[in-house]
Amino acid sequence: MEKIIEYKDVTFRYEGEDEAHILPLTINGVTLNLEKGSFVAVLGRNGSGKSTLAKLTNAIHLPESGQVLVEGLDTRDEKNTDLIRRKVGMVFQNPDNQIVATIVEDDVAFGPENLGIEPKEIRRRVDDALKAVGMYDFRLAEPHKLSGGQKQRVAIAGILAMQTDSIVLDEPTAMLDPIGRREVLSTVLRLNRERGITVLMITHFMEEAAQAERVIVLDKGKVFLDGSPRDVFTQSEALKRCGLDVPQATGLAKALADSGIKIKTDVLNEEECIDAILTAYKE
Amino acid sequence: MSIIRLENVTHNYGDGTPLCVSAIKDINIEIESGELVGIIGHTGSGKSTLIQHLNGLLSPTKGRVFIEGEDIWQNKKNIKNVRFKVGLCFQYPEYQLFEETVFKDIAFGPKNMNLSEDEIKLRVLEAADFVGLSRDLLEKSPFDLSGGEKRRAAIAGVMAMKPKILVLDEPTAGLDPRGKESILNMILRYKKATGATVLLVTHNMEDVARIATKILVMNRAQVLMYDTVKNVFAHSEELEKIGLAVPQITRICRELKKRGLALDESIYTVDEACAALLPLLQKGVR
Repeated sequence: MEKIIEYKDVTFRYEGEDEAHILPLTINGVTLNLEKGSFVAVLGRNGSGKSTLAKLTNAIHLPESGQVLVEGLDTRDEKNTDLIRRKVGMVFQNPDNQIVATIVEDDVAFGPENLGIEPKEIRRRVDDALKAVGMYDFRLAEPHKLSGGQKQRVAIAGILAMQTDSIVLDEPTAMLDPIGRREVLSTVLRLNRERGITVLMITHFMEEAAQAERVIVLDKGKVFLDGSPRDVFTQSEALKRCGLDVPQATGLAKALADSGIKIKTDVLNEEECIDAILTAYKE
Repeated sequence: MSIIRLENVTHNYGDGTPLCVSAIKDINIEIESGELVGIIGHTGSGKSTLIQHLNGLLSPTKGRVFIEGEDIWQNKKNIKNVRFKVGLCFQYPEYQLFEETVFKDIAFGPKNMNLSEDEIKLRVLEAADFVGLSRDLLEKSPFDLSGGEKRRAAIAGVMAMKPKILVLDEPTAGLDPRGKESILNMILRYKKATGATVLLVTHNMEDVARIATKILVMNRAQVLMYDTVKNVFAHSEELEKIGLAVPQITRICRELKKRGLALDESIYTVDEACAALLPLLQKGVR
């Protein structure tokens, strides 16, 4: 598989208030390859370095040592910054902090306008992007009247309109209600499947991470676990050690197995859990 | 006696204009002293408008709000005292820190209550204990704290006023499981030490399931349900219909019941589900 984002032994630390206050490393030797077209979820407790990892992808942060390569471009080379930001788009946690225009379609057009794309093409891209996130009917709406989930989808459309190859989302659903969370997650999943956009999503919700192809768990600035959701979520003891949980479905199967029931424990979602319990019941 | 009573409370935004909307409408509710109430409802259902009536940040367009039996708008000059009695902690309270030191920030509320210096100090230290902030952090600038510590400092600022009613809007939003756990524990600690009534607005059903004694469900500006946690989760399908997410475990048990397992409808924690399933599955083995 083609590598799209590479971290090579990356370290990073935030600046202290003066030279006497040197802060510890936030990212402490991370080596990762993200494959083109993959959907990767990053988990980790607050302060584990998740958001920092995200911000290293498009040169908001630069590594102290090591390298971050986006489609082969080194983020430390200033000449690459603009190009990298056309390849990796970011969506942040707070929907209210990333909308700049007073009409939805103007907001989506903001990115491509700054790229100097001709108006006809911008029109086409904006319509296409808004349709892709299911917000075309709201193209003339005022953003402040939208729900949180709708605003996040407009933010995603803004990135689609720039036609980046990857989207990095930093806890995009943290401030949303359950409906908004579902809207955003299903939009991102669809864009990944239908358009082959590479997704790196930071989240605190285990149920969301369970839907990714690959789950990376960060702890103290290092990669602690890395594998398929099934590989990662069956290690419930290790997850608990770094302050995380497993989805309730997995937790229930595990609790039953621990009480002596013969049951499949590598279940990830409701359906698999129900099947496992029914199978155990029939036997 | 109920500590909070709302009588036909309606609040209109943009009253008298063509854009007038009722954010809450004809609310009648009584909350007993000492309850821990989880308030749920999807965005726009009226939760925030409702809680802002409890300490007089908003006044009802119609109807009356009683705290400890007193109509809070009877004497408008008295509203400041209502704000000491009902402590309101907004969503992402860490954005509201502003003082030079954490100590001064937590002391801001008690200072406004005209307490003596000694009493203020006592209150600040006590509140810091409730939220588990160590003493050496109190002299730091709030902006040097970590995100989790800032959140705790902000909540301590409300607790330092020792409100009889503590209202928190999404106190665990954006935190990891361990961070959530520690916030919920400090709420329980405060409640136990002071006997306060606590209202918790949240989207997180697992939080509600863990610590609430009752749940108040808001839908379309009205109270849809106000009952014990068990009774409310027994209506899980109805809750999902109005856009709320019931715990995954509740959905699993509901489906298993439909497929013929003799399970209670209102299971909402992994431990409960495990306890209920064990006898069934062990029987299956025999």
